[in-house]
Amino acid sequence: MSVKKIHDNQPKEFKFSDENFKKVEEILKRYPEKNKKSAVMPLLYLAQRQNDNWIPLAAMKYIANYLAMPYISVYEVATFYTMYNLAPVGKHFIQVCTTTPCLLRGADKIVKLCKENISPNENEISKKGNCSWMEVECLGACVSAPMVQINDDYYEDLDEKSTKEILISLINDKPLKPGSYRGRKNTSPEKILISNEEKHA
Amino acid sequence: MPKITINGKEIEFEKGMTVLQACELADVEIPRFCYHEKLSIAGNCRMCLVEMEKSPKPIASCAMPAVEGMKIKTNSTLVEKARKGVMEFLLANHPLDCPVCDQGGECDLQDQSMYYGVDKSRFIENKRDVKEKYMGPLIKTQMTRCIHCTRCVRFATEVAGVPEIGAIGRGENMEITTYLEKSMESELSANVIDLCPVGALTSKPYAFEARPWELKKTESVDVMDAVGSNIRVDTYNWEVKRILPRLNNEINEEWISDKTRYSCDGLLKQRLDVPYIKKNNRLQKSSWDEALNLLVDKINSVQPNEIAGHIGDMINMENALSFKNFFKLLKSENLEFREKNFYINSDEKMNYIFNSSIAGIEDTDLILLVGTNPRHEASILNARIRKTFVQKKIPIFSIGNPGDLTYEYKIIGDSTEDIKKIVNKENDFSQKLLSVKKPIIIIGESALELKSGGYIFEEFKKFLIKNNLINENWNGLNILAQNASTVGLLDLKIIKDKKEKFSSFFDDLKNGKFKLLYLLGSDNLEFKKNDEFVVYQGSHGDRGAEIADLILPSATYTEQNGLYENLEGRIQECKKASYPIGEASEDWKIFNRIIKKLNLKVKTLNFDDLRKEVLKTVPNFSKINEIPKKSPIKTNNIETIFYNEKIFVRELDYYYTNSISRSSKTMSECRQIRQKIKKNGTNN
Repeated sequence: MSVKKIHDNQPKEFKFSDENFKKVEEILKRYPEKNKKSAVMPLLYLAQRQNDNWIPLAAMKYIANYLAMPYISVYEVATFYTMYNLAPVGKHFIQVCTTTPCLLRGADKIVKLCKENISPNENEISKKGNCSWMEVECLGACVSAPMVQINDDYYEDLDEKSTKEILISLINDKPLKPGSYRGRKNTSPEKILISNEEKHA
Repeated sequence: MPKITINGKEIEFEKGMTVLQACELADVEIPRFCYHEKLSIAGNCRMCLVEMEKSPKPIASCAMPAVEGMKIKTNSTLVEKARKGVMEFLLANHPLDCPVCDQGGECDLQDQSMYYGVDKSRFIENKRDVKEKYMGPLIKTQMTRCIHCTRCVRFATEVAGVPEIGAIGRGENMEITTYLEKSMESELSANVIDLCPVGALTSKPYAFEARPWELKKTESVDVMDAVGSNIRVDTYNWEVKRILPRLNNEINEEWISDKTRYSCDGLLKQRLDVPYIKKNNRLQKSSWDEALNLLVDKINSVQPNEIAGHIGDMINMENALSFKNFFKLLKSENLEFREKNFYINSDEKMNYIFNSSIAGIEDTDLILLVGTNPRHEASILNARIRKTFVQKKIPIFSIGNPGDLTYEYKIIGDSTEDIKKIVNKENDFSQKLLSVKKPIIIIGESALELKSGGYIFEEFKKFLIKNNLINENWNGLNILAQNASTVGLLDLKIIKDKKEKFSSFFDDLKNGKFKLLYLLGSDNLEFKKNDEFVVYQGSHGDRGAEIADLILPSATYTEQNGLYENLEGRIQECKKASYPIGEASEDWKIFNRIIKKLNLKVKTLNFDDLRKEVLKTVPNFSKINEIPKKSPIKTNNIETIFYNEKIFVRELDYYYTNSISRSSKTMSECRQIRQKIKKNGTNN
């Protein structure tokens, strides 16, 4: 991971849609008037949602003006958090967790598969133009490591085979179902639950 | 006062101090990178770790408030080990390129690693590499050297008031940059170079010019504006290599403006080194004898009242006095120093100085700017206003629109009519003004240039005295002079009483009444040349030399001793750091030579006599480097005429205000960027 670069092709203008404006007003209500710049993170996220999952410079400026903040402060926040994408990402955006538990359970293999099937480097749009991937830090699903996040959904308990299937399904624009790929329900234990009583019976 | 024990020694400290400040009171030096007295506390370099009793871990002394009964140790093995550890981390990614680094010899990291550094590194990985960032024509960056102290970020946000520098990314990938790598839009931007404890931000014009130990350092004062910032002039042989600020909390604190710092390369260019005489419409080199003979002939061929003199913006008081004495011998009274005909009442000193003093701005509770843009006219003073605004949230108002001043203010009018309403209490603002105790009114030259300039000043003065807002303790009626020489020349009574209001000098000049015009370092006088013979005596081939028929080369402010009076009326000494180029010489010496040539048979004064006379002449003089004594407040009833006029704040070409800055390559670059001619070094 390195410092996020601003994308070369930037849209000239950005404005919240009417629907999102209502959300903005709702968000601003959470903070006192004099501290309205606290709303910078939700607003950036909203802007990212509105603009195909990435934040253009125009949106940062727009938010800075809207919250009466210096441009650089918004820029600092946007570059700090991995959640914000500053360049276009694929329609299917794959975030591979590579923090310790996932890595121990084979996240490096998933990364390798991403490199082979999607693009050789992180944050590159695939040849077909609908996917991109990046390594991220812990997504908080260590219990079902290794895992990836694709757009808003978690795909858990992966191995090489299932990952490949998922990636190919994404490339063909027919994404498979999210959830555990070892048949677990939520995060329940892998084998059938046996209570102490049954065990000793 | 509460007490704290440092290394077994008990000392008293003031409430609100940090442990680091308390340690300084006890004369214990604490190493630091991120902590700076004039900036907010960040606590992120961890170099100032000390041991505190009952604390299992060492504490960051810069961020820890001192508390009664604390026991601090700064010389224990724990502290030493902690500091060594921090230093090892800092050096893990800091390149060892001291031999090619401009900060070498004055680098905090270099100095402190002498004490706390380990001689070998346990870090076997590659060091991180960060791309250079563009920060404008003044700041050279080498961001691999950055240790993320964030002093520059805090300076830009807090002191300069232009939040344009920030830290992007996080963790190991954090980088300091300006927003999209644009140049910093501030008049104080280059101060980040002094603040940077390592060689990440260094001076671009000074890059690879010299090492600090090779330079001769001279403590002096600045003449680029009327603030009189305290500076240190570093010279290598004849050349002035760089100018740095000197700490003076009364005036410039630790900052100087970019113009002060970087117009020094103008001292090397466009210099007049020999006399020139205009022959066949071309200036040709000549000898001093020839030049002075020509001048003497001209003086003898015209009537005394046809001789006029104009004194420029950077002339010291000794030279001005010598010029005045010279004109007295010539029996001419046509002396002037104003570039535009602005109103000044020189009856008493309080009428033309910045009475509240620069440090006094911090005591005020309301500021009214009248026709002035302090950001360009006196950047350092503007920083002080900003400091007061940030600390105390005082209300600031302006009559006339000065543009972005780096703090919030409210425009309450744009014409003299609004001032009339204020002084007649017909305005809401007058109530506000009467409800505070220590208001400051800053009147700029743009306002005094108006026909009703007299009205503006005298009516404000009457209003304030009548309402006891000017009293023994407080006088907030301030004139913001633009030139370093202005206040000093007023003290020397260069302009005569009768003429000071609206002098006939400018009319006479316009009507071509003068046959001989003697410009002493004067480049900003705008007039249409008729058939007068123009003598220009100065240091640079600039506007004055362009129209001159005879040029006499003289020294710049770094090449001669001299007294300057800043806008507060504080007399400071500018010291000789270098020597005049070629055949150029000090102004007073030139006058003495002319007097000798004229065979006037009078005793000429040498420099010491001139200085004595200057100090004798200056009214309310207290001490060198001190603000003048106060005189009792007199109510005067000067009647002035009111005209209904618009108050415009004259746009100042900030980087091009005097002959030195106009000759400076660096200043031209800054100006070009300011005018957006040059592309801004970004892809956006």
